[in-house]
Amino acid sequence: MLMFTLRRFLQLIPVFFGATLLVYFLVFATPGDPIAALSGGKPMAPAVEAALRAQYNLDQPFWVQYGLYLKNLVTLNLGQTFSGQEVSAVIARAYPVTARLAIMALAFETVFGVLFGVIAGLRKGKLFDSTVLVASLVVIAIPTFVLGFVLQLVVGVQLGWAKPTVSGSAPWNELILPAVVLGLVSLAYVIRLTRASISENMNADYVRTATAKGLSRRRVVVVHILRNSLIPVITFLGADLGALMGGAIVTEGIFNVPGIGNLLYKAILTGESATVVAVVSILVVVFVVANLVVDLLYAVLDPRIRYV
Amino acid sequence: MSENLSNKNEPSNLGSKSLRLGKTSTRVIEHYVAPLEETPLAAVDKVEEGGAPLSLWAEAWRNLRKQPLFIISALLIVLVVVVAIFPQWFASVSPTSCTLNDSAEGPRPGHPLGFTLQGCDVYARMIHGTRASLTVGIFTTIGVLIIGGIMGALAGYYGGWLDNILARLTDVFFALPLILGAIIINQLPLFRDNKSVWTVVIALVTFGWPQIARITRGAVIENRSSDYVTASKALGLSPFGALVKHVLPNSLAPIIVVASISLGTFIVAEATLSFLGLGLPPGVMSWGNDISDAQPQVRNNPAVLLWPAAALSVTVLSFIMLGDALRDALDPKARKR
Amino acid sequence: MIGLSGSNMNKSPRPAAPGIDDVPLLEIRDLAITFDTQGGEVHAVRNAHLTVMPGETVAIVGESGSGKSTTALAAIGLLPSNGRVSGGQIIFDGEDITHASEKRIIELRGNSIGMVPQDPMSNLNPVWKIGFQVKETLKANGLAGSNSKERVAEVLAEAGLPDAAVRAKQYPHEFSGGMRQRALIAIGLACRPRLLIADEPTSALDVTVQGQILDHLDRMTTELNTAVLLITHDLGLAAERAEKLVVMYKGQVVESGPALEILRNPRHPYTQRLVNSAPSLASKRLQSGKAREALAAAAAATTVEVREPADVRKMEAVAHEGELSSHKKPAGRGETILEIKNLTKVFKLRGSLGKSTDFKAVDNVSFSVKRGTTMAIVGESGSGKSTVAQMALSLLAPTEGSILFDGVEVNTLKGKALFDFRRRVQPIFQDPYGSLDPMFNIYRTIEEPLKIHKIGNAKSREKKVRELLDQVSMPSSTMQRFPNELSGGQRQRIAIARALALNPDVIICDEAVSALDVLVQAQVLNLLNELQEELGLTYLFITHDLAVVRQIADDVSVMQHGRLVEQATTDEVFNNPQQQYTQDLLSAIPGAQLLI
Repeated sequence: MLMFTLRRFLQLIPVFFGATLLVYFLVFATPGDPIAALSGGKPMAPAVEAALRAQYNLDQPFWVQYGLYLKNLVTLNLGQTFSGQEVSAVIARAYPVTARLAIMALAFETVFGVLFGVIAGLRKGKLFDSTVLVASLVVIAIPTFVLGFVLQLVVGVQLGWAKPTVSGSAPWNELILPAVVLGLVSLAYVIRLTRASISENMNADYVRTATAKGLSRRRVVVVHILRNSLIPVITFLGADLGALMGGAIVTEGIFNVPGIGNLLYKAILTGESATVVAVVSILVVVFVVANLVVDLLYAVLDPRIRYV
Repeated sequence: MSENLSNKNEPSNLGSKSLRLGKTSTRVIEHYVAPLEETPLAAVDKVEEGGAPLSLWAEAWRNLRKQPLFIISALLIVLVVVVAIFPQWFASVSPTSCTLNDSAEGPRPGHPLGFTLQGCDVYARMIHGTRASLTVGIFTTIGVLIIGGIMGALAGYYGGWLDNILARLTDVFFALPLILGAIIINQLPLFRDNKSVWTVVIALVTFGWPQIARITRGAVIENRSSDYVTASKALGLSPFGALVKHVLPNSLAPIIVVASISLGTFIVAEATLSFLGLGLPPGVMSWGNDISDAQPQVRNNPAVLLWPAAALSVTVLSFIMLGDALRDALDPKARKR
Repeated sequence: MIGLSGSNMNKSPRPAAPGIDDVPLLEIRDLAITFDTQGGEVHAVRNAHLTVMPGETVAIVGESGSGKSTTALAAIGLLPSNGRVSGGQIIFDGEDITHASEKRIIELRGNSIGMVPQDPMSNLNPVWKIGFQVKETLKANGLAGSNSKERVAEVLAEAGLPDAAVRAKQYPHEFSGGMRQRALIAIGLACRPRLLIADEPTSALDVTVQGQILDHLDRMTTELNTAVLLITHDLGLAAERAEKLVVMYKGQVVESGPALEILRNPRHPYTQRLVNSAPSLASKRLQSGKAREALAAAAAATTVEVREPADVRKMEAVAHEGELSSHKKPAGRGETILEIKNLTKVFKLRGSLGKSTDFKAVDNVSFSVKRGTTMAIVGESGSGKSTVAQMALSLLAPTEGSILFDGVEVNTLKGKALFDFRRRVQPIFQDPYGSLDPMFNIYRTIEEPLKIHKIGNAKSREKKVRELLDQVSMPSSTMQRFPNELSGGQRQRIAIARALALNPDVIICDEAVSALDVLVQAQVLNLLNELQEELGLTYLFITHDLAVVRQIADDVSVMQHGRLVEQATTDEVFNNPQQQYTQDLLSAIPGAQLLI
C-alpha cells in the first residue's frame, strides 16, 4: 500500500508540472503581447502594466518566468486585481463558499444518484429503470445554465421556495438550490454508472455462488452486489469533487454565489487575466490532488489494486 | 447398434473397484437408453449453410433497426442536419430583419414563437442557429478523433516509453476540465480578436482529445495481444500493418460510441462558452448566443430563452441517445456467440 | 483419512439403513427448461430425468450446450433470470421443490444442497477475505456458533487448505487456482449438505491438481455421506468418479446407467460416439489414410461423421500447381527440420522500486523434430511450453540458445529471410474465438497470407481459398461468412486452412484443440492427422493434455518449470515413463485404465 501511494504520488509530479506549464504557456507564450492578454484588451494604466510585468517577470527568459510563476503559485503570491486587492486574499475569501457548494452538490448527487441507480440496476428493464434512464439522458442533454435559469425562475421566483440569488455570506440554506443545479448533471452520470455497475455485477459468478450458499436475497444484494458495484461509483464521486469546483463557474454566475467560480466569471467579463490564471491554476491543482485521493481510495476499496 | 435398446437391469460394480477411484455402493443401477427416434443424432459440428452472411456491422445494424431509441435519435439527427444545411426550407422569415416595434412581442400568425427584445423572430433564429452549433459539434468531434485516435492508438499499440510519455501528456490535458481549458484559450488575444466557429472548435479540440485518446488506448491494448494479431504477424504482416488492418478496425466500436456522446457534450460546451461571452462572436447566430442574449429578460419573457434551449437540448439528447443505442448494439460482451 | 472431528456439528456418516436409503435424495422427472431469448423461446432441456440416491455420486456427461449444467442448476433454483422450468418435477428428499417459494429454496441452499462451481477464478468475491466468505455461509445456515473463527479454519482445513487459519485472512487474489477451488469446496460442504452439485469443479485446473482435488472431494463426501451430482464434459473422469452416468445430448438424457457398463457397452449411438472419441480413453495414435479405412470396416458400429477429406489426387494437383506452391520440395521423412538447442528465455519481472527479478520461463531446452512427424510438448500451466512455441515462431527472441530451421539459425533472420521463414512455419492457436479477426470474413481470412506474400492474382487466390476450404472439409459457401457465425471447431478448421495457405513445412499448434468439445476435438485431430499424411507436414504440438498427445504425437517432450524433464517416443513415454513427474501426469489422466 505504501509503495502504491508512493508510486501514484510520483506519477502526479509530471502532471502537476505539465498542467501548470500548459496554463502558463497558453497565457504567456502564445503570439501577441501577454500584457495585452492580461489586460483583456482594455487600456491600462502604466503603473498597472509595470506591476504586471514585475509580477510575471516578463523580462526574463521563458523558463525562468515559468519557474518564478511556479514559485509564486506555491507561495500563493498571485498578484493583484485591478482594484488593487491581493488575488490570494480574494481567492481565500471565495474558496470556502465554493467548497461548501461543491460538498453540498456532491452529497446531493451521492444520495440520490446511488439510490436511484441501485433501484434501477436491480430492476433492470422495468418501468422505474426506463424512466430514470430517460430522465438522466434529458438532464445530461440540457446545458447547466439553462437548468439553472429554469430552476431559478420556477423554484426561486414563481414558487418562492428559495431565494433566487445568494446573499454575501452564502449561508447553507441559500446554497441548496445552486447545489442541486451544480450536481444535477453529475447526478445523471452517477445514476447511469451505478445502474450499469449493479446490473453487471448481478450476473457475476460470485453472486451466483453467494446465492448458492444459502444467503438471503437481501444479504446477497448488500454484501456482494452493492459492495462491489459501488467501487467505481465512489471513485467517480471523488474525481467529481474536483470537477464540481471547476464547473461551479456557470452555477455561481447564475445565482450570484460569491465563490471562486463567480470570481472567475467576473474576471473573464472584466478581462482580469491575472485572476483568471491564478484561479485556473489553483483549480488544476485541486483537480490533480482529488484524482490522487481517488486512486488511493480505489486501492483501499479494492484489495486487488494494492498489489499491482 | 440396435442390438439391445430395451431397459435392462444389471449389477454395476462387479470387478470394478480396483479401476474406479470414486465411491461404490451395492445398489442396483438401472441402465436406461432413450429411444433413438426421440433423440436423433446430428452430424458432429455441422456447418449451417442457411441465411445470409452476417458481419459484425451487419449484425449491429440488424439489432439497431429494432431499437426505438436508435430510430428516434437517428430521425432527429437527420432532421437537425437537414435544418442546418437548408434553414430556409423551415423558416421563411429572416432571422436578422428585426424591428424594435416588435420588441418582446408574443406569438402571432407567421411568428409562432414571438419576438426577442430586439424584435427578431424567435422561431427563425432557432432554425438558423442550428448550423453553428452543429458545425462546432461535428468539427470538434472530427478533430478529437484525429488527435485522440492517433495518440491513443500509438500509445496503446507500441506501449513502453512512448505510452508513458503520451499517457502523461494525456493526464496533463485531462487535468484541465474542458470548459476551463477552453476559457483560457478563448480569452487569449489571438482568439478573442478573431472569434469564429473555428476558434471555438480549436479550443474544444485542444482540451477534448484526451478522452478519446484514453478510450482508443484501452481498446487497442485489448486487441493488440489477441491471437489474430499474433497470427497475422506470424504470417509475415508488419506490426504497423497489423495495427491498421486488424487492431484499429476492431477497436472502432467503443470509439464510435464515445464520439457520438462527445458530440453532444461539445455542443453544450459551445453554448456554455457563448453564454460566458467567450464562444461564438455576437454576429454568428447560435443557440448559445441567443440564450445568452435572452438571459436578462428571463423573468419577463422566458419563452425567448426556452426555445433555443429546447432546440439545443433535443439535438444534444439525440446524439447521446444514439451513442447509448450504439453501445448496446456494439457491446463487445454480446459479440461472442 | 482427513480429520472431520473436533467440530460441534459434525455428523457421523449415516448408517446405510435400507429402508431410508431406498428413497431417492434427488429425483428429476421429465424436466423441461425454457429460456426466453431475443430469438424467441429456446428449449434448453427436455424430458430430463435422473435419480440421485443418498450418498451416491452421479455424473451428468455432455458437451457444451447439452443442458447438463442447466439441469443441475435448476435443482438448486439458480437458473439465469431468463430461464424457467417449463415442465416436469424436481423432488428433493420427497419434497416437490419445482416451484417452491424463494424462502424454502434459501432454506435448502447451503445446508441441504451445496454447490461447487466451475471457475475458481470468478466464483469468489474479490473484495472479501476467504474467511469472511466461509463464515457467512455458516452464519446464513445457523451454524456459525460462538467459535466461528475456529470453525472457519476447520472447514478450510478439511478441504485440504494448509495453514487454514492464516489463509482465512487472505483475499482470493492471493490464492492459486487450486487453492481457490479448495476454498470453494470448503464453502460448498461447510454446512454438511446432503447433496453437493459440483459443476465441472476441476476443468479449469492443471491435471495433477485436478486429481488431488477430486480425490479429496471423494474422501470428504464419502465420510460425510454426501451425495454428489457431478457435471463434466469428460467421460473418462465421470466414469472414474461416479457410479452412475447420465449422458445428455441437445437437452435430452440419451442414456443413463452404471458407469463402467456404459463405458464398455454404450447403447445409444451418441454415447458410442462419445466413448469412441474421448481422448482420455483412447489408447493409440490416430491412424490416417488407408490404415484408417481398413479399420473403419471393423469399427462400423461407430458413426462419427467426419466428412471425408478431399481425395489425394486433387490435393497433389494443387501441390504441383506452379506459383502457389513453388518452394514445396518433396523431402524425405526423417531428416531433422527443426532443431532447438539449449533454448533459454528469461523474463524480467518488475518488482518494487524499479528493481526487477529474473524469471526463467524456459531453461536450457533442447530437442529436434523430424520432418513429417509430430513432436508434442506437454506441460502444465507455467511450464514454459507456450514460450517455446513463441520462440520457435520467432515472435519472441530467446535469451540464449538457438533454433535451427532446416539448418538455418532463426534468431538472426531479418527482412526477406525472416519473411520467407514466416511462409514456411505457421501457427494455430488455442482460442478459436480469438485467432480469427472478427471483422474479416472467411475469404479474407484465408486469403490474407497469400496477399501478404503477394502470391497469385485475385482469381488464382480465390481458387486457392476454395481448395483450402475443401481440404479442411468446409463448404465453399463459408467464404462469405464471418467468424462469429461459426462454431469453435469450424473456426479452428478455418485457422488450419489459413495456416496451410502458404504450403508451410511446419505447423506449430499451441493448444490447438484444448478449447473444443471432445467430439469436435476428435474431428480436428483427425483432420490434422490426414493433412500430415497427405502434405508431409511437421507438427510441433503444444498441449497440457497427455491424452491428446497419444492420439497425435510421435515424440513427446515433457516440460516442468521451464525445464525438459523427459523426452522419448510417445510409446515409450506412455508405456515406460522414466520420471516421477511424467508418471504423475500419466496417472492423472482420468479414466485411463478403465477400458483396458
